[in-house]
Amino acid sequence: MLQDLKELCELHGVSGDEVRIKDQIVRKVKRYAADLFEDPYGNLIIRKGDSTKPRVLLAAHMDEVGLMITGIEKSGLLKFRAIGMLPNVLMAKRVYIGDNKKLGVIGHKPIHLAKDDELKKMLKTKDLFIDIGVSSKEEALKVVQIGDYASFGTAYSENGDIVKGKALDNRIGCFILLQMIMESDLPVHYAFTVQEEVGLRGAGIVASRVKPDVAIAVDTTSSGEWPGDGDSPQYPVLGKGAVITVADRSVICDDDLVRMIRKTAEKEKIPYQDKKPMIGGTDAGSMHLTGEGVRSAVISVPARYIHSPLSYASKKDISAVKDLLNCSINNVIGKGKEWI
Amino acid sequence: MDLIEELCKTYGPAGREHRIREILERELKNSRFDMRTDRLGNLIVHRPGKSERAQKIMLCAHMDEIGLIVTYIDKNGFLRFTNVGGVFSEHILYQRVIFENGTTGIIGVEPSKDESKEGSKSGAKPKFERMFIDIGAHDRASAEKKVRIGDIAAFSQQVSYIDKKRIAAKALDDRIGCYCLVETAKRLKRTDHDIYFVFSVQEEVGLRGARTGAYAIEPTYAIAVDVTDTGDTPEAQRMEVSVGKGVAIKVKDSWFITSPAVKDKLAEYARALSIPYQFEVLEHGSTDAAVIQLVKEGVMSGVLSVPTRYIHSTSEMCDLNDVDGTIKLLLHICTEGLD
Repeated sequence: MLQDLKELCELHGVSGDEVRIKDQIVRKVKRYAADLFEDPYGNLIIRKGDSTKPRVLLAAHMDEVGLMITGIEKSGLLKFRAIGMLPNVLMAKRVYIGDNKKLGVIGHKPIHLAKDDELKKMLKTKDLFIDIGVSSKEEALKVVQIGDYASFGTAYSENGDIVKGKALDNRIGCFILLQMIMESDLPVHYAFTVQEEVGLRGAGIVASRVKPDVAIAVDTTSSGEWPGDGDSPQYPVLGKGAVITVADRSVICDDDLVRMIRKTAEKEKIPYQDKKPMIGGTDAGSMHLTGEGVRSAVISVPARYIHSPLSYASKKDISAVKDLLNCSINNVIGKGKEWI
Repeated sequence: MDLIEELCKTYGPAGREHRIREILERELKNSRFDMRTDRLGNLIVHRPGKSERAQKIMLCAHMDEIGLIVTYIDKNGFLRFTNVGGVFSEHILYQRVIFENGTTGIIGVEPSKDESKEGSKSGAKPKFERMFIDIGAHDRASAEKKVRIGDIAAFSQQVSYIDKKRIAAKALDDRIGCYCLVETAKRLKRTDHDIYFVFSVQEEVGLRGARTGAYAIEPTYAIAVDVTDTGDTPEAQRMEVSVGKGVAIKVKDSWFITSPAVKDKLAEYARALSIPYQFEVLEHGSTDAAVIQLVKEGVMSGVLSVPTRYIHSTSEMCDLNDVDGTIKLLLHICTEGLD
């Protein structure tokens, strides 16, 4: 069992509410850090080794997708906004609201009252509500507030090579950085960032402070396998290695850096695969545009069903990403001048 | 081959601007200039100002053009793709593209599965999902010898002189701006001002390069030079800009309002030099000035546009008289400053 990953995944940390994740990471890495800094926005920056050139920054976001309570009906049912999730993954799921983790169930219009066309069309979040088992607004207000966060309660588990849990996006990235801090002596700035899921917000601030020469976002990415449509882009695939991004909606990665990372993977026999281009965005999107510009890349662990209450990933891929990061950073530092 | 032709023909989609940069470096290799390429790939050419009252002025044109990126190679060797920048699917059917390694391809489309409904709508825009690039491969393995997922293609098209003064080419957006800056730099004899010629990257995917370029320079003034739409073709959208009627001085676009003092100064200079000009209000789109203006403590910014028809097609068209006017105005800005 990857105990550190389990602990990270089971903590609640929706965008803007990452403090539990940060505290947990601080507890784990404090004694390994040459410098540890919590910035005013909630990001955590840890330096290992001397602050040498080229300066390398690795970033993993701490926040997960989730819900926020936006209204309370007379009936005591709660209205909410979903951050980064489609409504079809929300139906009939359990959520835990606020600091006291009040249990609720996501409900929808009773099926016998729904019209035919309502049943056929895709749900909208505004048609859903959270039921916490009370019958009036007054009762509800005793246990929840407007603005409370809600998160899923999925327990972490493993099945051989497969890890299952909520928030694998991106506690897996945090877990990889955590392990590197504990195991590796490479001089690197490690950042645990906030509010990635709502617009890559924390990482830009971190990069402005650290002023790296090279930055790599460590994240998860949707895997592509499913039963339909034989000859179609069903990649990346779980268990087939680290995923390397050429370009997504937020960044065109530094071409030299991408080529070097691929070459490193081939030389070190670390399995790797492509990310489907121009989909999604990561912390690299905000980092590469800071200051006078930062050469940036993204290395990800493929995961199934991210941005839902339960996702799957492979331990082999987690190891591949960690190995590829270690070897690639070694190359950057070894050929210092090329990267300054 | 003249410089405009060379710049337009050369491969340089967003994120892959190195060949354009090499041409510009070759053209501007001159002891009067300090030249450097920053981390994102912007080429920054500096002509230091000597006077104590030198104004720091940044002129900016983007090197990149729109392109396509490979997302999948199917079992028969056809490349599936998506857009890099603002590509209109109806503009690119049966056009040719070229990859960095010289591999060429033709853009095709699957026949509509719903002929009965779409038959009458022959102008309907096909989705990128239904389109493909044919590089003449007969299966996936042979295609993968030439191209891999993530490779970026640019459009490929000859440059033609439609008339003595009218040129048609792909990537006039914004190689014509690059040309204006190169000519300005070459012709600039003496100035007291501190002039930065910035050839930026990744404008077409979100005005990315200009931001970091301006951050490094911290200019007092910035002028972006780019192309703009026109309203002078049959049944065109209403827009009071025409090809051949002079350099366009931008007033506003989707993300940007020109600093009023800069706008007035540009118009004043154009009148003084008898350079034909038109004011431009662009309702859809923007350019590098929008991000430069917001860098650090703010930069007084403006835009000179070369009126261009058929932007983001493989046959963009502009008028060289407008280009000459743009260069003359830029030269005047460099010598006189913008205070």
